[in-house]
Amino acid sequence: MPEYKLAPTALPQLPKALTGIDGLDEITEGGLPLGRPTLVCGSAGCGKTLLGIEFLVRGIIDYNEPGVLMTFEETADELAANVTSLGFDLKAMQADKKLRVDHVHIDRSEIEETGEYDLEGLFIRLGYAIDSIGAKRVMLDTIEALFSGFPNEAVLRSEIRRLFRWLKDKGVTTIITAERGEGTLTRQGLEEYVSDCVILLDNRVIDQITTRRLRIVKYRGTTHGTNEYPYLITEEGFSVLPITSLKLEHTVSNEIISSGVPGLDEMFTRRGWYKGSSILITGTAGTAKTTLAASFALEACRRGERCLYFAFEESPAQLIRNMRTVGLDLQPFVDQGALIIEASRPTLNGLERHLVTVHKLIKEHEPQTVVIDPISNLVSVGSLSEVRSMLTRLIDFLKVSNITALFTALVSARDGRMEMTEEGVSSLVDTWISVRDLEGIGERNRGLSILKARGMAHSNQVREFLVTDNGIQLLDVVIGPMGIITGASRLTQRMQEQAQLVAQQHELSRRDRELERKRRVLEATIENLRTEFESVEEELRQVNNEEHARHEALSSKRHTMGHSLTTNTPATPDPQHSA
Amino acid sequence: MTTTTAELPASPTEADYVLHLYITGATPNSMRAVRNIKEICEEHLAGRYELLIIDIYQQPQLARQEQIVAAPTLVRQRPLPRRQLVGDLSNRAAVLISLGVPSSGNAN
Repeated sequence: MPEYKLAPTALPQLPKALTGIDGLDEITEGGLPLGRPTLVCGSAGCGKTLLGIEFLVRGIIDYNEPGVLMTFEETADELAANVTSLGFDLKAMQADKKLRVDHVHIDRSEIEETGEYDLEGLFIRLGYAIDSIGAKRVMLDTIEALFSGFPNEAVLRSEIRRLFRWLKDKGVTTIITAERGEGTLTRQGLEEYVSDCVILLDNRVIDQITTRRLRIVKYRGTTHGTNEYPYLITEEGFSVLPITSLKLEHTVSNEIISSGVPGLDEMFTRRGWYKGSSILITGTAGTAKTTLAASFALEACRRGERCLYFAFEESPAQLIRNMRTVGLDLQPFVDQGALIIEASRPTLNGLERHLVTVHKLIKEHEPQTVVIDPISNLVSVGSLSEVRSMLTRLIDFLKVSNITALFTALVSARDGRMEMTEEGVSSLVDTWISVRDLEGIGERNRGLSILKARGMAHSNQVREFLVTDNGIQLLDVVIGPMGIITGASRLTQRMQEQAQLVAQQHELSRRDRELERKRRVLEATIENLRTEFESVEEELRQVNNEEHARHEALSSKRHTMGHSLTTNTPATPDPQHSA
Repeated sequence: MTTTTAELPASPTEADYVLHLYITGATPNSMRAVRNIKEICEEHLAGRYELLIIDIYQQPQLARQEQIVAAPTLVRQRPLPRRQLVGDLSNRAAVLISLGVPSSGNAN
C-alpha cells in the first residue's frame, strides 16, 4: 500500500489533488477528490483519454506523483505516440519509474467462460503497478471495454464496484473514463459506482463549428463551478479556458495614456484614457474604426509598449499597407517585434479556440496593449450569448492582467440601433467611442463622439474628423445656426465667414481713409486760422509799438518842457523824440 | 500443485497440450479450478499435457505479461491459437470444447 497521508488542513475540508490542467483546478476549486475515483465521461473524440493522461503527466512533472495508466483500448506504444505531439514523453517517464502503463488486452474470441470467476487478475496487475512505483494517481481508460470481453455482466458489475472501493482504500486519485451512453452518462451506468466526482465532456457541432464543453455533473462534498465550460485540446494539452473570475477585484491604474489621436485626447479632461482600461469603438462600415485602432496601436508602440493586434478582417500585409496610406507606418514596429499582428478569419476556429489563442499569445508576448479588430465578426462564429460570454471572459482577463484593450465593433445603421452593440459588451467596457456617418445633403462625413468614459469627464460634442495623410485629424467645432456643421456646409460656412471678414476689412479701411481726410481738412483749417492769427498779431504788435513810441515821445517832451521852465531853454521839441 | 517462483519457462517439452492455470492463492474459485483441470487432464489428456499452475499473487508481473484479467484463468498455450478459459472450469463440456479435446471421454 502506498504511504498516503491526507493533507493537514485547519478545517475538515475535502482534500483535493491538483490536476495541473489549465483551468480545471479553478473550476473544481482545487482539483479532483484526493484518493478517490473520478469519472470522466463523454462521447467519442472528446479528449477523455487526453484529460486522463495529462492528469497523470502533470502529476509526475508538477507534483512528483507517480502514476499508473491502465489502458483497455490502446497499447502503450500507441498512447505514447498519440501524446508525443503534446510534448509528453511517456517512454522517458516509464524509464524513470514515474509512470507505468499496463495495456489490458481483452479479446472476446480468445475468452471462454467455464465457470465462476472474478477479476482478481486485474486487481493484482493494478496493485502491482501501483506498488512498484508508489503511484498516487491512476487512470483507467476505458474500463467499459471489459463489458465487451466478459459476457457475465453481474460479475463485472460487482467486480467494478469492488475495484472502485479498492482504489479508494488504496488512496489513489483515480480517473476513470467512460463512453457516453444514450440518455445516461455512461454506456454501462458506471456513474452509479463512482459517486465522488463526475465530469462530463461534450462535443457539440453548431453551425459546422465544434465547441467542446466540460461540466462537473457532481462533486460530492465540495462546491464547484456548475456551468458548462468550454475547453480545448491545444498544442500544450488540455485546456479548460478561460475562467470568468467571479469577483471584480482587479487593481486599477491611475496612469493616463494617449489614444494616438491628439484631437481625441483633447476630448477627455485628462487627455487620454486610463491605462489598463478597455475601450470600445463602434461604428458603421467605413467609419475609420480600424484607422483609429491602428493609431492607438502605433502610439502604444511609440511609447515603448508591446502591442498585440488581432485582425479579423485584414491580413497583416494589407493592414500595414492600408495604414501607410494614412501616414501610420506600422512596419518598423512590426520589424522590431513591438507590434504583433495576428490575423485570422473568425470562422477559422470556434470562439473558444479564439479565446485560447488570445490567451496564449498574451502569455507568450506579454503585451501592455491589445487591439481586437473587430469583435463583431466573432458573431459569425457563435451565437450572441456565446459571443457575449466569451467577450466577458476576454475583457475580464485583460483587465485582470492590466492590459489596455481596444475593441472595434461594427454596428448596423439600418435597424436604428446605432448605439447598441449586439454583443452587449458596452456595459463591460470603460470607454465607448462612437464613430458614425453624418449624412447630409449629397455627402457623407465622419463624426466621432464619446458615449461614455468611466472615471473622467469628457466632451459631449460630435466632432467631425478627417482621415488625412497624417492620420486622423479632428476638425474644430463649427457651430452654425442649426447646430454643429460638417462637410460642405462647414466649407460654405467658412467661405461666408471669410467673405464677411473681407467686407469688414474693406469697411474698416474706408473708415480709416475718411478719418485721414477729415484730419487733413481740419489741419488745413487750423493752418489757415493760424496764419490769420499771425497777421492779426503782427498788426496788433505794430499798433502797439507805435503807441509805445508815441508814449515815449510824449513823456520826453514833457521832461524837456520842465527843463525849459527852469533853464529857459528853447521851447522847440526834440526832433529825435518826436520821430 | 506446481507453483513456479521463477519466470515462465519456455516450454521445452514436446507435449501436445501446454496449459497454464493462473490462480489467486487459495480462494475457493482457484481451488476448484485446480481440482477441475487436474481431473480433466488426467481423464482426457493423460501423458499428452503439461500443466503449469501459477499463483499471480506471487507472480504479479506474469499477470501483466500474459494478459490475465480474470481469475482463475486457464491459458491454452498449445495447440495454437492461444485461448483463455476463465472461471473455475466447472463447466466440463465447455472446457473440453475450448481445449479442443473430444468430449467423448475415450480420447486415450
